[in-house]
Amino acid sequence: MKLPIYMDNHATTPCDPRVVEAMLPYLTEQFGNAASRNHAFGWAAEEAVELAREQVAKLIGATPKEIVFTSGATESDNVALKGVIEFYGHKGKHIVTSPIEHKAVIDTARWLERNGCEVTWLPVGTDGRVDPADVEKAIRPDTVVVSVMHGNNEIGSVNDIGAIGAVCKKHGVLFHTDAVQTAGKVPIDVEAMGVDLLSLSAHKMYGPKGIGALYVRRKKPRVRVAPMVHGGGHERGMRSGTLPVHQIVGFGKAAELALAEMESESARTLALRERLRAKIEEGVPETVLNGSLEHRLPGNLNISFTFVEGESLLMALRDVAVSSGSACTSASLEPSYVLRAIGLDDENAHSSIRFGIGRFNTEEEVDYVADLVVKAVAKLRALSPLWEMHQEGIDLKSIEWAAH
Amino acid sequence: MAYSDKVIDHYENPRNVGALDKSDANVGTGLVGAPACGDVMRLQIRVTDDGVIEDAKFKTYGCGSAIASSSLVTEWVKGRTVDEALTIKNNDIAQHLALPPVKIHCSVLAEDAIRAAIEDYKRKKGQG
Repeated sequence: MKLPIYMDNHATTPCDPRVVEAMLPYLTEQFGNAASRNHAFGWAAEEAVELAREQVAKLIGATPKEIVFTSGATESDNVALKGVIEFYGHKGKHIVTSPIEHKAVIDTARWLERNGCEVTWLPVGTDGRVDPADVEKAIRPDTVVVSVMHGNNEIGSVNDIGAIGAVCKKHGVLFHTDAVQTAGKVPIDVEAMGVDLLSLSAHKMYGPKGIGALYVRRKKPRVRVAPMVHGGGHERGMRSGTLPVHQIVGFGKAAELALAEMESESARTLALRERLRAKIEEGVPETVLNGSLEHRLPGNLNISFTFVEGESLLMALRDVAVSSGSACTSASLEPSYVLRAIGLDDENAHSSIRFGIGRFNTEEEVDYVADLVVKAVAKLRALSPLWEMHQEGIDLKSIEWAAH
Repeated sequence: MAYSDKVIDHYENPRNVGALDKSDANVGTGLVGAPACGDVMRLQIRVTDDGVIEDAKFKTYGCGSAIASSSLVTEWVKGRTVDEALTIKNNDIAQHLALPPVKIHCSVLAEDAIRAAIEDYKRKKGQG
Protein backbone atom coordinates (compact mmCIF):
# COMPACT_ATOMS: atom_id res chain seq x y z
CA MET A 1 0.00 0.00 0.00
CA LYS A 2 1.31 3.41 -1.01
CA LEU A 3 1.01 6.54 1.12
CA PRO A 4 -0.57 9.06 0.98
CA ILE A 5 -3.93 7.48 0.26
CA TYR A 6 -6.29 9.40 -2.01
CA MET A 7 -9.86 9.20 -0.72
CA ASP A 8 -11.25 12.51 -1.98
CA ASN A 9 -12.79 11.34 -5.25
CA HIS A 10 -15.61 13.92 -5.14
CA ALA A 11 -13.02 16.66 -5.55
CA THR A 12 -11.32 15.06 -8.51
CA THR A 13 -10.22 11.66 -9.77
CA PRO A 14 -7.00 10.53 -11.40
CA CYS A 15 -7.08 9.83 -15.13
CA ASP A 16 -7.57 6.16 -15.82
CA PRO A 17 -4.41 4.89 -17.59
CA ARG A 18 -6.65 3.68 -20.43
CA VAL A 19 -7.87 7.26 -20.82
CA VAL A 20 -4.33 8.62 -20.97
CA GLU A 21 -3.39 6.03 -23.56
CA ALA A 22 -6.32 7.07 -25.75
CA MET A 23 -5.40 10.74 -25.42
CA LEU A 24 -1.69 10.64 -26.19
CA PRO A 25 -1.78 10.31 -30.01
CA TYR A 26 -3.94 13.46 -30.14
CA LEU A 27 -1.17 15.51 -28.60
CA THR A 28 1.44 14.40 -31.09
CA GLU A 29 0.65 12.77 -34.48
CA GLN A 30 -3.05 13.62 -34.52
CA PHE A 31 -2.77 17.24 -33.47
CA GLY A 32 -5.15 18.63 -36.10
CA ASN A 33 -7.81 21.23 -35.60
CA ALA A 34 -11.23 19.57 -35.74
CA ALA A 35 -12.52 22.61 -37.61
CA SER A 36 -10.01 22.20 -40.47
CA ARG A 37 -12.30 20.74 -43.08
CA ASN A 38 -9.84 20.62 -45.96
CA HIS A 39 -7.10 18.19 -44.90
CA ALA A 40 -6.46 14.83 -43.31
CA PHE A 41 -5.24 16.29 -39.99
CA GLY A 42 -8.52 18.06 -39.49
CA TRP A 43 -10.56 15.06 -40.58
CA ALA A 44 -8.82 12.76 -38.12
CA ALA A 45 -9.42 15.23 -35.29
CA GLU A 46 -13.04 15.68 -36.21
CA GLU A 47 -13.56 11.94 -36.37
CA ALA A 48 -12.08 11.53 -32.89
CA VAL A 49 -14.25 14.32 -31.50
CA GLU A 50 -17.40 12.81 -33.00
CA LEU A 51 -16.60 9.38 -31.56
CA ALA A 52 -16.14 10.98 -28.12
CA ARG A 53 -19.39 12.88 -28.53
CA GLU A 54 -21.13 9.55 -29.12
CA GLN A 55 -19.47 7.98 -26.09
CA VAL A 56 -20.49 10.84 -23.82
CA ALA A 57 -24.03 10.90 -25.23
CA LYS A 58 -24.44 7.18 -24.64
CA LEU A 59 -23.56 7.53 -20.96
CA ILE A 60 -26.65 9.67 -20.37
CA GLY A 61 -29.02 8.27 -23.01
CA ALA A 62 -28.69 11.30 -25.30
CA THR A 63 -27.90 11.64 -29.00
CA PRO A 64 -24.46 12.97 -30.04
CA LYS A 65 -25.84 16.22 -31.44
CA GLU A 66 -27.15 17.10 -28.00
CA ILE A 67 -23.66 17.19 -26.47
CA VAL A 68 -21.86 20.55 -26.31
CA PHE A 69 -18.27 20.36 -25.11
CA THR A 70 -17.27 23.00 -22.57
CA SER A 71 -14.29 23.69 -20.33
CA GLY A 72 -15.98 21.87 -17.46
CA ALA A 73 -19.13 21.68 -15.39
CA THR A 74 -18.77 25.21 -14.03
CA GLU A 75 -19.05 26.54 -17.55
CA SER A 76 -21.87 24.10 -18.33
CA ASP A 77 -23.85 25.29 -15.29
CA ASN A 78 -23.24 28.92 -16.27
CA VAL A 79 -24.39 28.37 -19.85
CA ALA A 80 -27.38 26.31 -18.77
CA LEU A 81 -28.77 29.08 -16.56
CA LYS A 82 -27.53 32.29 -18.16
CA GLY A 83 -27.92 30.96 -21.69
CA VAL A 84 -31.50 29.87 -21.07
CA ILE A 85 -32.45 33.14 -19.37
CA GLU A 86 -30.92 35.12 -22.20
CA PHE A 87 -32.89 33.12 -24.75
CA TYR A 88 -36.19 32.73 -22.92
CA GLY A 89 -36.04 35.77 -20.66
CA HIS A 90 -38.86 37.48 -22.56
CA LYS A 91 -41.19 34.70 -21.34
CA GLY A 92 -40.29 35.12 -17.70
CA LYS A 93 -37.38 35.55 -15.35
CA HIS A 94 -38.07 33.13 -12.55
CA ILE A 95 -35.60 30.36 -11.65
CA VAL A 96 -36.10 27.55 -9.13
CA THR A 97 -33.06 25.92 -7.52
CA SER A 98 -31.81 24.50 -4.23
CA PRO A 99 -29.44 25.83 -1.58
CA ILE A 100 -27.21 22.72 -1.72
CA GLU A 101 -26.29 23.06 -5.39
CA HIS A 102 -22.67 23.34 -6.40
CA LYS A 103 -21.36 26.91 -6.18
CA ALA A 104 -21.35 27.05 -9.98
CA VAL A 105 -25.15 26.96 -9.91
CA ILE A 106 -25.66 28.96 -6.71
CA ASP A 107 -23.36 31.77 -7.71
CA THR A 108 -24.78 31.90 -11.24
CA ALA A 109 -28.31 32.05 -9.83
CA ARG A 110 -27.24 34.88 -7.50
CA TRP A 111 -25.71 36.75 -10.42
CA LEU A 112 -28.95 36.37 -12.34
CA GLU A 113 -30.83 37.58 -9.26
CA ARG A 114 -28.73 40.75 -9.30
CA ASN A 115 -29.50 41.11 -12.99
CA GLY A 116 -33.26 41.13 -12.98
CA CYS A 117 -34.21 37.50 -12.31
CA GLU A 118 -36.08 36.12 -9.36
CA VAL A 119 -34.86 32.94 -7.70
CA THR A 120 -36.81 30.57 -5.47
CA TRP A 121 -34.57 28.52 -3.18
CA LEU A 122 -36.21 25.16 -2.52
CA PRO A 123 -36.32 23.60 0.92
CA VAL A 124 -34.02 20.61 1.40
CA GLY A 125 -34.72 17.72 3.77
CA THR A 126 -32.32 16.62 6.51
CA ASP A 127 -31.46 13.74 4.17
CA GLY A 128 -30.17 16.30 1.66
CA ARG A 129 -32.88 15.73 -0.92
CA VAL A 130 -35.36 17.98 -2.66
CA ASP A 131 -39.01 16.95 -2.54
CA PRO A 132 -40.49 17.01 -6.08
CA ALA A 133 -43.74 18.31 -4.53
CA ASP A 134 -41.82 21.40 -3.37
CA VAL A 135 -40.59 21.93 -6.92
CA GLU A 136 -44.18 21.85 -8.14
CA LYS A 137 -45.22 24.37 -5.49
CA ALA A 138 -42.39 26.72 -6.48
CA ILE A 139 -43.22 26.77 -10.20
CA ARG A 140 -45.04 29.92 -11.36
CA PRO A 141 -46.31 31.08 -14.74
CA ASP A 142 -43.09 33.04 -15.25
CA THR A 143 -40.75 30.18 -14.28
CA VAL A 144 -38.26 29.47 -17.04
CA VAL A 145 -35.93 26.86 -15.60
CA VAL A 146 -35.58 24.55 -12.60
CA SER A 147 -32.04 23.51 -11.65
CA VAL A 148 -31.63 20.70 -9.12
CA MET A 149 -28.48 18.63 -8.86
CA HIS A 150 -28.52 14.87 -9.29
CA GLY A 151 -25.95 13.89 -6.64
CA ASN A 152 -24.54 16.18 -3.97
CA ASN A 153 -20.77 16.53 -3.81
CA GLU A 154 -20.54 16.82 -0.02
CA ILE A 155 -23.13 14.52 1.48
CA GLY A 156 -23.68 12.28 -1.54
CA SER A 157 -27.47 12.53 -1.46
CA VAL A 158 -29.08 11.56 -4.77
CA ASN A 159 -32.22 13.36 -5.87
CA ASP A 160 -35.18 11.76 -7.60
CA ILE A 161 -34.43 13.47 -10.89
CA GLY A 162 -37.09 11.51 -12.78
CA ALA A 163 -39.83 12.79 -10.48
CA ILE A 164 -38.56 16.38 -10.65
CA GLY A 165 -38.28 16.09 -14.44
CA ALA A 166 -41.89 14.90 -14.64
CA VAL A 167 -43.07 17.92 -12.62
CA CYS A 168 -41.17 20.26 -14.94
CA LYS A 169 -42.59 18.59 -18.05
CA LYS A 170 -46.10 18.86 -16.66
CA HIS A 171 -45.71 22.60 -16.25
CA GLY A 172 -43.72 23.20 -19.42
CA VAL A 173 -40.65 24.42 -17.53
CA LEU A 174 -37.09 23.59 -18.56
CA PHE A 175 -35.17 21.28 -16.24
CA HIS A 176 -31.41 21.46 -15.71
CA THR A 177 -29.46 19.07 -13.53
CA ASP A 178 -25.81 19.06 -12.53
CA ALA A 179 -24.90 15.39 -12.82
CA VAL A 180 -21.19 15.75 -12.18
CA GLN A 181 -21.14 13.43 -9.18
CA THR A 182 -23.53 10.80 -10.51
CA ALA A 183 -22.37 10.39 -14.11
CA GLY A 184 -20.74 6.99 -14.45
CA LYS A 185 -21.84 5.97 -10.97
CA VAL A 186 -25.62 6.04 -11.13
CA PRO A 187 -27.59 5.26 -14.32
CA ILE A 188 -28.74 8.40 -16.15
CA ASP A 189 -31.29 8.51 -18.94
CA VAL A 190 -32.22 12.02 -20.00
CA GLU A 191 -35.29 10.71 -21.84
CA ALA A 192 -36.72 8.67 -18.98
CA MET A 193 -35.80 11.38 -16.45
CA GLY A 194 -37.20 14.28 -18.43
CA VAL A 195 -33.99 16.27 -18.30
CA ASP A 196 -33.55 19.19 -20.72
CA LEU A 197 -30.07 20.36 -19.77
CA LEU A 198 -27.39 18.39 -17.93
CA SER A 199 -23.87 19.29 -16.82
CA LEU A 200 -20.96 16.86 -16.91
CA SER A 201 -17.29 17.01 -15.98
CA ALA A 202 -14.61 14.61 -17.19
CA HIS A 203 -12.25 14.84 -14.24
CA LYS A 204 -14.83 13.51 -11.79
CA MET A 205 -15.08 10.31 -13.82
CA TYR A 206 -11.41 9.43 -14.39
CA GLY A 207 -11.00 11.69 -17.39
CA PRO A 208 -8.82 14.79 -17.77
CA LYS A 209 -9.40 18.18 -16.16
CA GLY A 210 -10.44 21.14 -18.28
CA ILE A 211 -13.18 19.41 -20.25
CA GLY A 212 -16.87 18.96 -19.62
CA ALA A 213 -20.13 18.97 -21.48
CA LEU A 214 -23.57 20.42 -21.46
CA TYR A 215 -26.37 18.25 -22.74
CA VAL A 216 -28.93 20.39 -24.56
CA ARG A 217 -32.15 18.63 -25.55
CA ARG A 218 -32.97 18.84 -29.27
CA LYS A 219 -36.45 17.34 -29.38
CA LYS A 220 -39.59 17.69 -27.31
CA PRO A 221 -38.78 20.43 -26.66
CA ARG A 222 -35.92 21.81 -28.71
CA VAL A 223 -33.98 23.75 -26.10
CA ARG A 224 -32.03 26.85 -27.07
CA VAL A 225 -29.27 28.50 -25.11
CA ALA A 226 -27.48 31.72 -25.92
CA PRO A 227 -23.69 31.27 -26.01
CA MET A 228 -21.46 32.71 -23.30
CA VAL A 229 -18.27 32.40 -25.36
CA HIS A 230 -18.51 33.98 -28.80
CA GLY A 231 -16.23 33.35 -31.74
CA GLY A 232 -15.91 30.89 -34.59
CA GLY A 233 -19.27 29.27 -33.98
CA HIS A 234 -18.00 25.88 -32.81
CA GLU A 235 -20.37 23.43 -31.12
CA ARG A 236 -23.27 24.59 -33.29
CA GLY A 237 -22.78 28.13 -32.14
CA MET A 238 -23.27 27.36 -28.47
CA ARG A 239 -19.61 27.39 -27.49
CA SER A 240 -16.89 28.87 -29.65
CA GLY A 241 -13.24 27.97 -29.32
CA THR A 242 -10.96 25.41 -30.94
CA LEU A 243 -11.86 22.01 -29.55
CA PRO A 244 -9.24 20.51 -27.24
CA VAL A 245 -9.24 17.23 -29.13
CA HIS A 246 -7.02 15.25 -26.74
CA GLN A 247 -9.16 16.21 -23.76
CA ILE A 248 -12.37 15.40 -25.61
CA VAL A 249 -10.95 12.03 -26.62
CA GLY A 250 -10.06 11.39 -22.97
CA PHE A 251 -13.53 12.44 -21.85
CA GLY A 252 -15.09 10.07 -24.40
CA LYS A 253 -12.91 7.18 -23.33
CA ALA A 254 -13.70 7.89 -19.67
CA ALA A 255 -17.42 7.90 -20.46
CA GLU A 256 -17.15 4.64 -22.38
CA LEU A 257 -15.32 2.96 -19.50
CA ALA A 258 -17.68 4.38 -16.90
CA LEU A 259 -20.71 3.05 -18.75
CA ALA A 260 -19.21 -0.39 -19.38
CA GLU A 261 -18.05 -0.80 -15.79
CA MET A 262 -20.72 1.14 -13.91
CA GLU A 263 -22.51 -1.80 -12.42
CA SER A 264 -19.47 -3.68 -11.14
CA GLU A 265 -17.63 -0.55 -10.06
CA SER A 266 -20.56 0.93 -8.17
CA ALA A 267 -21.08 -2.37 -6.37
CA ARG A 268 -17.41 -2.46 -5.45
CA THR A 269 -17.19 1.15 -4.21
CA LEU A 270 -20.43 0.71 -2.29
CA ALA A 271 -19.02 -2.39 -0.57
CA LEU A 272 -15.85 -0.45 0.34
CA ARG A 273 -17.93 2.49 1.61
CA GLU A 274 -20.00 0.18 3.79
CA ARG A 275 -16.86 -1.51 5.07
CA LEU A 276 -15.44 1.88 6.04
CA ARG A 277 -18.69 2.96 7.66
CA ALA A 278 -19.02 -0.28 9.64
CA LYS A 279 -15.45 -0.11 10.91
CA ILE A 280 -15.73 3.54 11.91
CA GLU A 281 -19.10 3.11 13.60
CA GLU A 282 -17.82 0.06 15.44
CA GLY A 283 -14.70 1.83 16.67
CA VAL A 284 -16.05 5.33 17.36
CA PRO A 285 -19.11 5.95 19.55
CA GLU A 286 -21.47 8.86 18.87
CA THR A 287 -20.95 9.63 15.23
CA VAL A 288 -23.55 11.24 12.98
CA LEU A 289 -24.03 10.13 9.37
CA ASN A 290 -24.81 13.19 7.25
CA GLY A 291 -27.21 12.75 4.34
CA SER A 292 -29.38 9.86 3.24
CA LEU A 293 -28.06 6.32 3.58
CA GLU A 294 -30.55 4.91 1.10
CA HIS A 295 -30.30 7.55 -1.65
CA ARG A 296 -26.59 8.08 -1.70
CA LEU A 297 -23.64 8.01 -4.07
CA PRO A 298 -21.95 4.63 -3.70
CA GLY A 299 -18.53 6.02 -2.79
CA ASN A 300 -19.63 8.79 -0.43
CA LEU A 301 -19.39 8.78 3.33
CA ASN A 302 -19.88 11.98 5.32
CA ILE A 303 -19.64 11.63 9.08
CA SER A 304 -19.59 14.11 11.94
CA PHE A 305 -17.30 13.04 14.76
CA THR A 306 -19.01 14.87 17.59
CA PHE A 307 -16.86 16.89 20.01
CA VAL A 308 -13.88 16.72 17.66
CA GLU A 309 -13.03 19.55 15.27
CA GLY A 310 -12.65 18.50 11.63
CA GLU A 311 -9.39 20.18 10.79
CA SER A 312 -7.62 18.72 13.80
CA LEU A 313 -8.85 15.33 12.66
CA LEU A 314 -7.55 15.94 9.14
CA MET A 315 -4.20 16.75 10.71
CA ALA A 316 -4.13 13.32 12.30
CA LEU A 317 -5.07 11.80 8.97
CA ARG A 318 -2.31 13.54 7.09
CA ASP A 319 -1.40 10.42 5.11
CA VAL A 320 -4.97 10.38 3.85
CA ALA A 321 -6.54 12.85 1.45
CA VAL A 322 -10.11 13.49 2.63
CA SER A 323 -11.97 16.75 3.25
CA SER A 324 -13.91 18.42 6.03
CA GLY A 325 -16.92 20.70 6.35
CA SER A 326 -15.06 22.52 9.09
CA ALA A 327 -14.75 26.26 8.74
CA CYS A 328 -11.04 26.00 9.38
CA THR A 329 -10.51 24.22 6.09
CA SER A 330 -12.34 26.84 4.04
CA ALA A 331 -11.06 30.22 3.03
CA SER A 332 -14.24 31.86 4.30
CA LEU A 333 -13.98 30.49 7.87
CA GLU A 334 -17.63 29.44 7.53
CA PRO A 335 -18.67 25.84 8.00
CA SER A 336 -20.10 23.99 5.00
CA TYR A 337 -23.20 25.67 3.54
CA VAL A 338 -24.51 22.26 2.48
CA LEU A 339 -24.42 20.86 6.01
CA ARG A 340 -26.06 24.03 7.32
CA ALA A 341 -28.79 23.82 4.69
CA ILE A 342 -29.74 20.30 5.78
CA GLY A 343 -30.14 21.58 9.32
CA LEU A 344 -26.91 20.41 10.90
CA ASP A 345 -25.79 22.66 13.75
CA ASP A 346 -22.49 24.46 13.39
CA GLU A 347 -20.59 22.25 15.83
CA ASN A 348 -21.45 19.12 13.91
CA ALA A 349 -20.61 20.84 10.65
CA HIS A 350 -17.17 21.69 12.09
CA SER A 351 -16.79 18.02 13.03
CA SER A 352 -17.57 16.51 9.64
CA ILE A 353 -15.28 14.53 7.39
CA ARG A 354 -16.08 13.56 3.82
CA PHE A 355 -14.62 10.33 2.50
CA GLY A 356 -14.84 9.84 -1.26
CA ILE A 357 -14.09 6.30 -2.34
CA GLY A 358 -13.29 5.73 -5.99
CA ARG A 359 -12.19 3.34 -8.68
CA PHE A 360 -8.63 2.93 -7.43
CA ASN A 361 -9.22 2.53 -3.68
CA THR A 362 -8.61 -0.88 -2.15
CA GLU A 363 -9.88 -2.79 0.85
CA GLU A 364 -6.45 -2.49 2.43
CA GLU A 365 -6.65 1.31 2.15
CA VAL A 366 -10.13 1.37 3.66
CA ASP A 367 -8.94 -0.69 6.63
CA TYR A 368 -5.91 1.56 7.12
CA VAL A 369 -8.05 4.71 7.03
CA ALA A 370 -10.69 3.29 9.38
CA ASP A 371 -8.02 2.29 11.88
CA LEU A 372 -6.40 5.73 11.71
CA VAL A 373 -9.74 7.49 12.18
CA VAL A 374 -10.66 5.39 15.22
CA LYS A 375 -7.33 6.13 16.90
CA ALA A 376 -7.33 9.83 16.00
CA VAL A 377 -10.87 10.45 17.26
CA ALA A 378 -10.06 8.71 20.55
CA LYS A 379 -6.95 10.86 20.95
CA LEU A 380 -8.74 14.11 20.12
CA ARG A 381 -11.71 13.34 22.34
CA ALA A 382 -9.30 12.78 25.22
CA LEU A 383 -8.15 16.35 24.47
CA SER A 384 -11.65 17.75 24.08
CA PRO A 385 -13.25 19.64 26.98
CA LEU A 386 -16.60 19.21 25.23
CA TRP A 387 -16.29 15.43 25.19
CA GLU A 388 -15.39 15.49 28.90
CA MET A 389 -18.41 17.67 29.69
CA HIS A 390 -20.62 15.45 27.58
CA GLN A 391 -19.36 12.38 29.45
CA GLU A 392 -20.18 14.11 32.72
CA GLY A 393 -23.73 14.57 31.49
CA ILE A 394 -23.49 18.34 30.98
CA ASP A 395 -25.79 19.62 28.26
CA LEU A 396 -23.53 21.80 26.13
CA LYS A 397 -26.52 23.72 24.87
CA SER A 398 -27.20 24.88 28.44
CA ILE A 399 -23.90 26.75 28.54
CA GLU A 400 -23.69 30.36 27.50
CA TRP A 401 -20.77 30.40 25.13
CA ALA A 402 -19.15 33.63 24.18
CA ALA A 403 -19.21 33.73 20.39
CA HIS A 404 -16.01 35.11 18.96
CA MET B 1 -2.30 24.40 4.72
CA ALA B 2 1.20 23.58 5.89
CA TYR B 3 1.71 23.56 9.63
CA SER B 4 4.88 24.73 11.32
CA ASP B 5 7.04 22.12 13.04
CA LYS B 6 6.16 23.64 16.41
CA VAL B 7 2.42 23.33 15.79
CA ILE B 8 2.88 19.72 14.72
CA ASP B 9 5.02 18.99 17.77
CA HIS B 10 2.42 20.40 20.19
CA TYR B 11 -0.40 18.68 18.32
CA GLU B 12 1.33 15.32 18.40
CA ASN B 13 2.72 15.65 21.91
CA PRO B 14 0.40 18.03 23.69
CA ARG B 15 1.80 19.20 27.03
CA ASN B 16 -0.19 19.20 30.26
CA VAL B 17 -3.42 17.71 29.02
CA GLY B 18 -6.01 17.11 31.70
CA ALA B 19 -7.94 18.69 34.51
CA LEU B 20 -7.33 20.20 37.94
CA ASP B 21 -9.85 20.12 40.76
CA LYS B 22 -12.24 22.95 40.00
CA SER B 23 -13.36 23.21 43.61
CA ASP B 24 -9.81 23.78 44.91
CA ALA B 25 -9.56 27.37 46.14
CA ASN B 26 -6.12 27.69 44.52
CA VAL B 27 -7.32 26.57 41.08
CA GLY B 28 -8.54 28.99 38.46
CA THR B 29 -10.48 27.74 35.44
CA GLY B 30 -10.95 29.54 32.16
CA LEU B 31 -13.34 28.21 29.52
CA VAL B 32 -13.33 30.30 26.35
CA GLY B 33 -14.59 30.02 22.78
CA ALA B 34 -17.76 28.37 21.51
CA PRO B 35 -18.51 25.01 19.90
CA ALA B 36 -20.40 26.74 17.08
CA CYS B 37 -17.25 28.67 16.19
CA GLY B 38 -15.16 25.53 16.08
CA ASP B 39 -12.93 26.14 19.09
CA VAL B 40 -13.25 25.86 22.85
CA MET B 41 -10.30 26.02 25.24
CA ARG B 42 -10.26 25.15 28.90
CA LEU B 43 -7.19 26.28 30.78
CA GLN B 44 -6.70 25.60 34.47
CA ILE B 45 -3.98 26.94 36.75
CA ARG B 46 -3.06 26.08 40.34
CA VAL B 47 -1.46 28.95 42.20
CA THR B 48 0.73 28.73 45.31
CA ASP B 49 0.09 30.97 48.31
CA ASP B 50 2.82 33.35 47.13
CA GLY B 51 1.13 33.81 43.75
CA VAL B 52 3.19 31.50 41.56
CA ILE B 53 1.45 29.26 39.01
CA GLU B 54 2.74 25.82 39.97
CA ASP B 55 0.65 23.74 37.62
CA ALA B 56 -1.44 24.21 34.47
CA LYS B 57 -3.67 21.86 32.50
CA PHE B 58 -5.67 22.25 29.32
CA LYS B 59 -8.18 20.60 27.10
CA THR B 60 -9.07 22.05 23.70
CA TYR B 61 -11.66 21.38 21.05
CA GLY B 62 -10.39 23.01 17.90
CA CYS B 63 -7.99 22.88 15.01
CA GLY B 64 -4.34 21.91 15.34
CA SER B 65 -3.29 25.54 15.85
CA ALA B 66 -5.80 25.97 18.68
CA ILE B 67 -4.52 22.81 20.36
CA ALA B 68 -0.92 23.94 19.92
CA SER B 69 -1.64 27.46 21.25
CA SER B 70 -3.23 26.14 24.43
CA SER B 71 -0.58 23.46 24.93
CA LEU B 72 2.09 26.15 24.58
CA VAL B 73 0.55 28.51 27.14
CA THR B 74 0.39 25.77 29.76
CA GLU B 75 4.19 25.54 29.41
CA TRP B 76 4.61 29.30 29.47
CA VAL B 77 2.48 30.09 32.52
CA LYS B 78 4.03 27.43 34.72
CA GLY B 79 6.52 28.95 37.16
CA ARG B 80 5.37 32.49 36.47
CA THR B 81 3.50 34.66 38.91
CA VAL B 82 -0.09 35.49 38.09
CA ASP B 83 0.92 39.04 37.12
CA GLU B 84 3.71 37.78 34.88
CA ALA B 85 1.33 35.36 33.18
CA LEU B 86 -0.91 38.30 32.29
CA THR B 87 1.89 39.78 30.21
CA ILE B 88 1.73 36.88 27.71
CA LYS B 89 0.27 38.30 24.52
CA ASN B 90 -1.33 36.60 21.56
CA ASN B 91 1.42 37.97 19.32
CA ASP B 92 4.04 36.07 21.30
CA ILE B 93 2.07 32.85 20.89
CA ALA B 94 1.41 33.40 17.18
CA GLN B 95 5.03 34.26 16.55
CA HIS B 96 6.42 31.31 18.50
CA LEU B 97 4.16 28.87 16.65
CA ALA B 98 4.53 30.68 13.29
CA LEU B 99 0.75 30.80 12.91
CA PRO B 100 -0.53 32.03 9.53
CA PRO B 101 -2.91 35.03 9.53
CA VAL B 102 -6.08 32.88 9.39
CA LYS B 103 -4.99 31.17 12.61
CA ILE B 104 -4.28 34.30 14.65
CA HIS B 105 -7.64 33.89 16.38
CA CYS B 106 -6.29 30.68 17.97
CA SER B 107 -3.58 32.66 19.74
CA VAL B 108 -6.10 35.33 20.74
CA LEU B 109 -8.25 32.63 22.27
CA ALA B 110 -5.26 31.24 24.19
CA GLU B 111 -4.56 34.69 25.63
CA ASP B 112 -8.25 34.95 26.58
CA ALA B 113 -7.97 31.58 28.30
CA ILE B 114 -5.09 32.78 30.49
CA ARG B 115 -7.05 35.89 31.49
CA ALA B 116 -10.20 33.89 32.18
CA ALA B 117 -8.34 31.38 34.37
CA ILE B 118 -6.63 34.14 36.34
CA GLU B 119 -9.89 36.06 36.77
CA ASP B 120 -11.53 32.92 38.10
CA TYR B 121 -8.66 32.39 40.53
CA LYS B 122 -8.79 36.00 41.73
CA ARG B 123 -12.53 35.84 42.17
CA LYS B 124 -12.12 32.78 44.37
CA LYS B 125 -9.52 34.60 46.42
CA GLY B 126 -11.76 37.62 46.76
CA GLN B 127 -9.40 39.76 44.68
CA GLY B 128 -11.60 39.90 41.61
